[in-house]
Amino acid sequence: MMVKFSEHKMKEVEAIIARYPTGKHKSALIPILHLAQEEFGGWLSAESMDYVASILSIASIEVYEVATFYSMFNLNPVGKHVLEVCQTGPCMLQGSDDIIAYIKSKLGIAVGETTADGMFTLKTVECLGACGYAPMMQMGMHYKEHLTPSKVDEIIAHCYNHK
Amino acid sequence: MARKLLLEKAHVEGIRHFDVYRREGGYASVEKALKMDPASIVEEVKKSGLRGRGGAGFATGLKWSFLAKPEGVPRYLVCNADESEPGTFKDRFLMEFIPHLLIEGLIVSSFALGSNSTYIYIRGEYAWIVGILEQAIAEAKQNGFLGKNILGAGFDLEIYVQRGAGAYICGEETALIESLEGKRGNPRIKPPFPAIKGLWDCPTVVNNVETLAAVVPIINMGGEEYAKIGVGRSTGTKLISACGNINKPGVYEMDMTISVEEFIYSDEYCGGIANGKKLKACIPGGSSVPILPANLLLKTAKGETRYMNYESLSDGGFASGSMMGSGGFIVLDEDQCVVRHTLTLARFYRHESCGQCSPCREGTGWMEKILQKIENGKGVSSDIDLLWDIQRKIEGNTICPLGDAAAWPVAAAIRHFRDEFEWHVNNPSLCLTQNYGLAHYADELSVVA
Repeated sequence: MMVKFSEHKMKEVEAIIARYPTGKHKSALIPILHLAQEEFGGWLSAESMDYVASILSIASIEVYEVATFYSMFNLNPVGKHVLEVCQTGPCMLQGSDDIIAYIKSKLGIAVGETTADGMFTLKTVECLGACGYAPMMQMGMHYKEHLTPSKVDEIIAHCYNHK
Repeated sequence: MARKLLLEKAHVEGIRHFDVYRREGGYASVEKALKMDPASIVEEVKKSGLRGRGGAGFATGLKWSFLAKPEGVPRYLVCNADESEPGTFKDRFLMEFIPHLLIEGLIVSSFALGSNSTYIYIRGEYAWIVGILEQAIAEAKQNGFLGKNILGAGFDLEIYVQRGAGAYICGEETALIESLEGKRGNPRIKPPFPAIKGLWDCPTVVNNVETLAAVVPIINMGGEEYAKIGVGRSTGTKLISACGNINKPGVYEMDMTISVEEFIYSDEYCGGIANGKKLKACIPGGSSVPILPANLLLKTAKGETRYMNYESLSDGGFASGSMMGSGGFIVLDEDQCVVRHTLTLARFYRHESCGQCSPCREGTGWMEKILQKIENGKGVSSDIDLLWDIQRKIEGNTICPLGDAAAWPVAAAIRHFRDEFEWHVNNPSLCLTQNYGLAHYADELSVVA
């Protein structure tokens, strides 16, 4: 995959940088890393991170130290859909352990693994602020809440039907 | 009372849009405030008695009055929308359903503080809310409430939304500032406080979403009127996000005069414990605050009714009380295991520790491992004392309050549920298949006068 923003995305990058006072462009790092992850295959390779560093004229290490700190940045390749299931207290009270076990057995993967067809990666995450709608998981930009095994079935089937 | 100042209009059809919000009386506080002197807005907020709604409960007006105003140096207002405290989802509700209320509060507050560029730092996972807020900002701008020379009052303001990327620690205000500067979310040593040296080393105020939204009714009705709502130092209304084993999880707004019992059992709020079960325990203010057994939750150690406000929830200190915190109300029914629940919280804090301070970085990991051992029937009785010792050595020994936040849930669980921990240790195989149950946790306490 070529690591370079399209002209359109580059405009977005410039608009982000314009939010900060002159010389404070490093503030754009996290928003641009989100863009890079979306554009370059759902994860941040060293190449992607170096590219972001070059855009912001900062050292690569400044990008690595940030990318490794925040849990939303994937530092390894992931499947087309990443299932991030919350397992913190309030979700646990509503059966998130059972949901995680169900997804593991349905997809035949452990937490942190990706299905052989490259469709799904399963991750566990800590509290996502959806405690009243538990159990829940994040998929891309959206939350899937009030999960049950049949709802998980539907979500997975939907992904296969809309490949 | 179910008094609503923030969410009253949240369910009006189309309220996310400027026209509807404006028709319902929105942005009146901006029109009023821009004719006022900024210092008198700060005074109104002081008079209101508003306390920070993010968790610490610090007086907002006082915090504002600390803001340094050196000549020629920009000042910043930053809205903390990094809502990450387990059990808390109130800011999400407010931003998702009535985004213009936050924008309105931000305009008034920015004018009061002299911020011309205000940033909303929102947790990265709330990705879809970014679009909702940006839409509201664009509409406000089209209608002359943002941008240059707002309402002809000579005040310029831009509001920007910045997404985080998954780090609980960024809810701590100096970690948030670091993150907004494009760095790891490592909290700074204070002093200097952000009011002197904050974002890009400029004077900065960081306030929670709900706090800034509350500035709208304060300006509309006046600080004194606002202060008449509620009780004691718990003025105004508070959003409570209720979750766990209850019939009606959700976000509720109330003035702070109702009892905890009414909040849990009334159909207006939680609607009672789900599936006809009994109440065992509750964390009333987000995962960091002490868990209380049912008996101490509903009544104080003195046998008085406990209310949903700052003073009453903390009555008895940590020995027998808890805290209002962020308003994340987590209910556990009789089938829940306090050890297991505490383990998930310990894992959370281990995961979220930034790693700067050894007591927190190492201690949170040790606590998780020991709880894992006990929960899995591999604990020995000295583990309980060891756990107590570790939490005590974390508390107060770190740069930021995450250390305390990690220590308190473990301390409170041992303080009030020690026999459940001991039961795990003494019944290593039984604890894998059975729960300790309700035990004596709902029994009437004998009150020592």
